[in-house]
Amino acid sequence: MTTNFPSKVHITTTINGQQHELLVPGYMSLLDTLRELIGLTGTKEGCLDGNCGACTVNVDGRIVDSCLVLGAEVDGKEVKTVEGMATPEGLHPLQQAFLEEAALQCGICTPGFLVAAKGLLDNEPSPSEGRIRHWLAGNLCRCTGYDKIVRAVQKASS
Amino acid sequence: MHPFAYVAPNTVAEAVAVLAEHGDRARPLAGGTDLLVKARANVWELDAVVDVKNIPELMSLSVNGDGLSIGAGVPCYQVYENEEIQAQYPGIVDGASIIGGIQVQSRAGLGGNLCNAAPSADGIPSLIAYGAVAKISGSNGNREVAIEDFATGPSRTVLDNDELLTSIEVPKPAANSGAAYTRFIPRNEMDIAVAAVGAFVQLDSSGQNFESARIALASVGPTPILAKAAGDSLAGKPVNDESIDAAAALAKDAATPITDMRGTVDQRKHLVEVLTGRMLRQAVERARG
Repeated sequence: MTTNFPSKVHITTTINGQQHELLVPGYMSLLDTLRELIGLTGTKEGCLDGNCGACTVNVDGRIVDSCLVLGAEVDGKEVKTVEGMATPEGLHPLQQAFLEEAALQCGICTPGFLVAAKGLLDNEPSPSEGRIRHWLAGNLCRCTGYDKIVRAVQKASS
Repeated sequence: MHPFAYVAPNTVAEAVAVLAEHGDRARPLAGGTDLLVKARANVWELDAVVDVKNIPELMSLSVNGDGLSIGAGVPCYQVYENEEIQAQYPGIVDGASIIGGIQVQSRAGLGGNLCNAAPSADGIPSLIAYGAVAKISGSNGNREVAIEDFATGPSRTVLDNDELLTSIEVPKPAANSGAAYTRFIPRNEMDIAVAAVGAFVQLDSSGQNFESARIALASVGPTPILAKAAGDSLAGKPVNDESIDAAAALAKDAATPITDMRGTVDQRKHLVEVLTGRMLRQAVERARG
């Protein structure tokens, strides 16, 4: 354990339901692993320090900032990104609600908001407005503002 | 970011061996929400990170007759979502639930908050107020350090390079006790304290008198501070405005803040006095059930 560090770490992980076997550099973030190694560029890079939430993904049922997770850490775990939300049958209800409520302008923050909001609604189908705003405090939007985003999440709530 | 190797040992001994081999060029990785930011900013140049999350004892969280044991790698959400901890340690829940946003709380924990040793650490004041102890393992064996003695300066702790925080042990609160923590920030969420106060009180069986109290401050000195004289002043005193205001004034005296972009010396000292009064009253309310 103390010598011969492998320069790359061999991991097996499930991403949006599909199993991947990867060699990741020990220092590579989950964000870069998704974007550079898998080609899933829906997850966006924003601040790279855990303030903006643009890189939010779901790991084993919890939302995380993928810029602050190493790819090596998701060995054996289940990762879900924005690409896993829509199905061949159509958009996820949250995506549909974001469209109908015009809850985005430039769109850079949108994948993070969608994955974060899904993490809430998966466990709490009818959150209060206050709960939605608290849950999304780790996601920043610099153009739309938050009212439309909150309304969209409310619309997608049951 | 300097390229580093990733290792995820299964035992404390293996983790300590890697840390010992690399000196200050290796760091333990728990939630990573401070470590990866510092590595990316080249505050730390690392050759290896030692992920502690495969070490069972560092991921265990238990509440029993002796108290609360928080493994060093346990994330905040596991602490604040635990119903026993909510009932018995509300001051710890107050702190753990306002560190970062939900994404950060999925990863960041009180162990990392302690080791990161920010003067503004939201997780530390309540641990000090409850009289918690840090358990440490290293090349030369194990030791325990009181939480108020753990941080030695901004981002500096008592840990040697070959030492690892393994758990935080919080004693079981006595009957008729309560605690509370809050910080002042100019926003509603996601901010760093201008000043913060945690208080623990133990009342007598009538609920009308203090038996003891501990008050801890954050963001008003190079480390979180135990305001010992302020807490001690309440022993044997009746629960009233006079005793609480006197303790708040002593807490203000214990604060040694600086003026920076978040606040001035005067504002921070004033905040300590106000927040101490509020947290003592809230802790009393909780103690009375």
